[in-house]
Amino acid sequence: MESGRIKTGFVMGPKLSRSDALGLGGLGLAGFLGLWGALSFFGIVPVEFLPSPFAVGSRFIDLFAEPFAGFTLPQHLGSSLLRYLYGVLLAACIGIPLGLAMGWFHLLDDIVTPIFNGLRFIAPIAWVPFAALWFGTGIGGPILIIFAGAFPPCLINAYRGARFVEPRLVEAARMLGTNHGRMLTEILLPASVPSIVAGLRVAAGLGWQSLVGAELIVASAGVGFMMVQAQASVQTTTVMAGMVAIGLTGLAIDVALRQGERWLHNRLGLD
Amino acid sequence: MASIRFDKVQKYFGRGEKRTHALANIDLEIRDREFLAIVGPSGCGKTTCLRLVAGFEAASEGAVSVAGKRVTEPGPDRAVVFQQFALFPWKTARGNIDLGLRNKRMGGEERAKRIADVLKLMNLDSHADAFPHQLSGGMQQRVAIARAYVLDPEVLLMDEPFGALDAQTRVVMQEELVRLARVRPRTVLFITHAVEEAVYLADRVAVMTRRPGTIKEIVDVKSMREAEDWNRFERIEDVMDLDSFVHLRTRIWKSLREEKDS
Repeated sequence: MESGRIKTGFVMGPKLSRSDALGLGGLGLAGFLGLWGALSFFGIVPVEFLPSPFAVGSRFIDLFAEPFAGFTLPQHLGSSLLRYLYGVLLAACIGIPLGLAMGWFHLLDDIVTPIFNGLRFIAPIAWVPFAALWFGTGIGGPILIIFAGAFPPCLINAYRGARFVEPRLVEAARMLGTNHGRMLTEILLPASVPSIVAGLRVAAGLGWQSLVGAELIVASAGVGFMMVQAQASVQTTTVMAGMVAIGLTGLAIDVALRQGERWLHNRLGLD
Repeated sequence: MASIRFDKVQKYFGRGEKRTHALANIDLEIRDREFLAIVGPSGCGKTTCLRLVAGFEAASEGAVSVAGKRVTEPGPDRAVVFQQFALFPWKTARGNIDLGLRNKRMGGEERAKRIADVLKLMNLDSHADAFPHQLSGGMQQRVAIARAYVLDPEVLLMDEPFGALDAQTRVVMQEELVRLARVRPRTVLFITHAVEEAVYLADRVAVMTRRPGTIKEIVDVKSMREAEDWNRFERIEDVMDLDSFVHLRTRIWKSLREEKDS
């Protein structure tokens, strides 16, 4: 099909079918694992520093049954996911309404923006000492760190959505006598949905990335906690199995949110 | 009594060097239940006139008042129909029409009755639960007009409402609007750049000059319409064939043409 040729970035070429694309992705992965395997197999890098992919894979599978630092990998993962969910939900519940309100009330925008702009460049991990100090090592501290990662994109995208809503729609709503509360919930919020959802996707990613940092100060369970424990006893294979678990879960979250975003766009009659 | 008054209105946009003079000394009264159309070259400030009445803009000098009250902000007593419809895409036709009524804290029963009534009036019965993107341009504009009419506003402000429609739909909507004006007369300020449309719809047509916009002349159409009984015709093309219509159209066109050429 002639129209199947599209311009993508620098490369002009036929658009790949799904199976072809998956095949190429598999090829890349195989190459990566092969290179990694060769590095450890031929002793170029000592295995204590870089365990072989096979060792990591089998450790990964073992950890499903064999507890490490008190729990199996799925249990660690479950406790991480719960913590993560709380952090991201909290960020969404505060960030989205605040962002919308800042987009509508200029006074609030002027008050909050300078503080926010100062704070958002502080990496989530930089909050670790304070999170531990203020909220302890229970559930509170780690949530604060995940929150610190997920909050800025929630707020910024809701703010942009509200700020750049089509002026005609705001005028129409004002002409109809819409009050501030209804303006936020019935006009700015739905108009900002695509932007907010995109922000949530970024927030979900950044929140998950902050996880290990957050679990540095956890004293009970979690993938990050497991990795910290393994590192302390120089079990590099377990550390890397934890990395694999984090990577795969992050990927799964992203894929799920992409699907959700697509579903929502269809639902709203966008694109 | 819901007349619209422009009292020595000046409007400037921007500040300092970049300041442009949009409207110069606009003095105009649109009487109660009168349909007044403003025509003018593009960029002359006719839409600005409407936005002043709507309360979207404030006059730099002078005052705009509706029913004797000075306009300070937008409100449901001055319903606006926009060129690009400005329907809320996430609300159904019914939801769009309902918002203004809900804002008035009207009870559910009364709202349902009013909505059913206006849907019937605009021939929208079967589209009440459709979303805007499922409707044609003409249907969308019907919803927008229904959304304005349902509020029972004192004045209706229409900003080139048919400008975005195709020629056939446009004619249907023009005929519809004449029908509506007979059933439910309102004070209407209608902005257009189409002279024929203005003559067909309006009681009086105000011609504006190029920027800075002033009212150049006001042409009375109503007396001619009544004298020649244009209303006996149902269809717009029959009216447009009348000598009296052609005479008025040509006169306004010439007046407008002087502005465009100079």
